[in-house]
Amino acid sequence: MADELKDKIRAYVVDEYVEEGEDVEVKDDTPLISGGFVDSFSMVSLKLFLETEYGIKIPDEKATAEAFDTVNAIAALVRQYTEA
Amino acid sequence: MSNIGSYDKRRKDFDWSQAREELAYDDAPTKNIAYFLAERNCERGLGDKVALIWENAAGDATRQFTFDQLRLYGNAYAQLLRDLGVAPGERVCIFMDKIPDLYFSFVGILKAGAIAQPLFSAFREDSLFTRLENAQTTAVLTMKRLAGRVRHIRDKLPALKHVIVVDAGGAEAREGETHFDVYAAEPVEAFDIYPAGEETPSVLHYTSGTTGAPKGALHVHGSLVAQYITAKWVLDLRDDDVYWCTADPGWVTGTSYGIIGPWALGTTQLVLELGFMPERWYAAIEKYRVTVWYSAPTAIRLLMREGAEIVRRHDLGSLRHLVSVGEPLNPEAVIWSEDVYGLPFHDSFWQTETGCIVISNYPGMRIKAGSMGKPFPGIEAAVLDAKTFRPVKAGTVGLIALRPGWPAMFRQYWRNEETYHNKFVNGWYICGDRATVDEDGYYWFVGRDDDVINTGGHLVGPFEIESALLEHPAVAESAAVGKPDPVNLEVVKAFVALKPGYEANDKTRLDIINFVRKKLSPIAMPQEIEFMASMPKTRSGKIMRRLLKARETGEEIGDTSTLEDD
Repeated sequence: MADELKDKIRAYVVDEYVEEGEDVEVKDDTPLISGGFVDSFSMVSLKLFLETEYGIKIPDEKATAEAFDTVNAIAALVRQYTEA
Repeated sequence: MSNIGSYDKRRKDFDWSQAREELAYDDAPTKNIAYFLAERNCERGLGDKVALIWENAAGDATRQFTFDQLRLYGNAYAQLLRDLGVAPGERVCIFMDKIPDLYFSFVGILKAGAIAQPLFSAFREDSLFTRLENAQTTAVLTMKRLAGRVRHIRDKLPALKHVIVVDAGGAEAREGETHFDVYAAEPVEAFDIYPAGEETPSVLHYTSGTTGAPKGALHVHGSLVAQYITAKWVLDLRDDDVYWCTADPGWVTGTSYGIIGPWALGTTQLVLELGFMPERWYAAIEKYRVTVWYSAPTAIRLLMREGAEIVRRHDLGSLRHLVSVGEPLNPEAVIWSEDVYGLPFHDSFWQTETGCIVISNYPGMRIKAGSMGKPFPGIEAAVLDAKTFRPVKAGTVGLIALRPGWPAMFRQYWRNEETYHNKFVNGWYICGDRATVDEDGYYWFVGRDDDVINTGGHLVGPFEIESALLEHPAVAESAAVGKPDPVNLEVVKAFVALKPGYEANDKTRLDIINFVRKKLSPIAMPQEIEFMASMPKTRSGKIMRRLLKARETGEEIGDTSTLEDD
C-alpha cells in the first residue's frame, strides 16, 4: 500500500510539475517546494488531486509547505486521513 | 533615532534635492542606476563589503558577493550583451529563479543601456509569450530549468534574437542559444557604462488590468532618487544592517527594494532562493542575523497560522525593523507581530506604476493598526470622489490619487498610450484603489476600484484567466473574480459553464485548474471553480462578472437591471 501510494503521488508530481525535458529524478525525499517544483499556489491543485483520488478532505491548515515538501511527507499526510 | 526622524518635520521641509545631494547625483559621471549600485559603492570604499548573501533552495549552500564582485559580474553581463549586439533601449528579459545571476544580470543589462524586463519564474508559456511579444524583447537570460518554456514559444517571437542560458556550465548550447557562465567568463575590469540620463528607460515591469493583456509599466534611471530615499526612510536601512526583502524581482518590490534602493545605500542584502517556508525563514533570520525584514501580508498571515511556538525555537533578536507591502495588512497581523517578535510590521503602499513607496507607516510614527499610514514626504496624495475627482471629506470612501511628478513614477505603458492617459484625471494619477483618509491624515485601504484580483500581493487580470479557461475543451463560458480569503486577501475563483457531454465533478475541476496553471502561472490558476448551468449576462450578452463577485464578497448589488444594460 505504502509503495503504491508513493508511486502514484510521484507519478502525478512528475507529470504535472516537472518541466518537459527537465532531467530530474523525483525521489521520495526530493524537496518539491524548496526544490522549486511546486509553489505555494500550486499546492491547491496537488491537494485537490489527493482529495479526489483518495476520497479524503485535508483541512487547509494541514496543507502546509512542510507537509507537501516531499513524496514521503505527502504520503504520510494522505495516510493520516485514509486511515482515520 | 530612525533615519527619517520626525515625519512631520520631514514632510514640511522635504525637497527631492536632499536625496540628490546625498547621492552626489548632480555631479555623478552618469545617471545610470547600475553605476550607483556598483561603481559608486566601490568608490566610497565599500568594494569589500558584502552586497549579497545568497542561500540556495536546498539550504545547504551559502555564497557571499562583495560590491566589487557585483561590479565585476555586472560588467561581464554587460560585455556579453554588447558582444551579442544588444543595442541600448532593447528589452532584455531576466527569466530566472532567485539565483545570484539574476542580480548580476540586472546590473549588467542597465550598464549596457538596455531595458531590464524581469519576469516571474513561475510564468508558463502563455504568460511569458504575452509579455515578451508586447515588449518586442530581443534577448532572454534564463536557466536550464526554465529554458524549455522559452523554446516552446520562440517561433512566435520574431524579435527574440538571443536566448542565453546561464547555468548550463560547459555543456554544448543548442542551436540558436548561448551558454554563459559568469564565474568562468573573462573578467571585465572596466566597462564603458552606457551614459544614461534621468529620463533614459531602465526597467519594464508588467502589471495586470481588468481588460486586455497585461501592461508594461516603463521606468527610468531617474527613479533611483526616490527608491534611495524611500529605502532609507521607510526601510530605515543603515550601514551595518543585514536586510532581507522576500519579494521576487519578477515583481516591482523585488527590483525597487530587492535591488535598487538597498544597494544604492550600500546595504548588505540576504536573498533566499527558496519561496515561503516558515521553519527555513526563521532559521535564515537567525543564521544571517537579519536586522530589517520587508515581507508581505500573505506571508505574515501564514506565519501567524504557524503560531508562536516555532518563533520561540529561534533567536530572532537581531531584528529591529519590520515592513510589509503588497496588500493591506490587517490589524491582527500588526498586533500579533508586536506580541511575538516584539516589533510591529509597518505597512507600506505602492504599485508597479509608482515605482516607489508612496504611502507608509514610518519608524517612530504612531502606527494605527490596519492603516496604510501617511504619504511619503514629497508625495501629494488625496482621496477623490469617483465622479467629480475632487478630494472627499475625511472618512468618505474615494479613489486614491497622487499628484504626478515624483522621480520613480512610470513614464508610459509600453505601446499602450491610451491606457496610460486614462490613468490621469484633473491633474491626478488615479491608482485604481479605494480608501478613506481620517482626521489625522492616515489612509485606510478599502479595496480595488476595478476587477483586478490581488492574490497574495500579486495582481492578476480576470480577462487573461477567462481567456485561458475558454481554451479548455470542456469550458463553454467562464468568469474569474477575486474571492475574499483570510490568508491571500483574495484568491482566484472561476465560474464555469461546461459544454454538453462534460461532467461537473472534481476530476473536471482539477483538469481545468491544472490547464490554467500550465498555460499562465500558478498565481493565475483558479483556487476554486464553481460550475454553473449558465452565466448571468447583460442584455448585450456580456457575462456579469460584477454580480458574481458581489455574491462572493457579500456586497449589496441592488437593482441588477442597470448591470444588465452594461
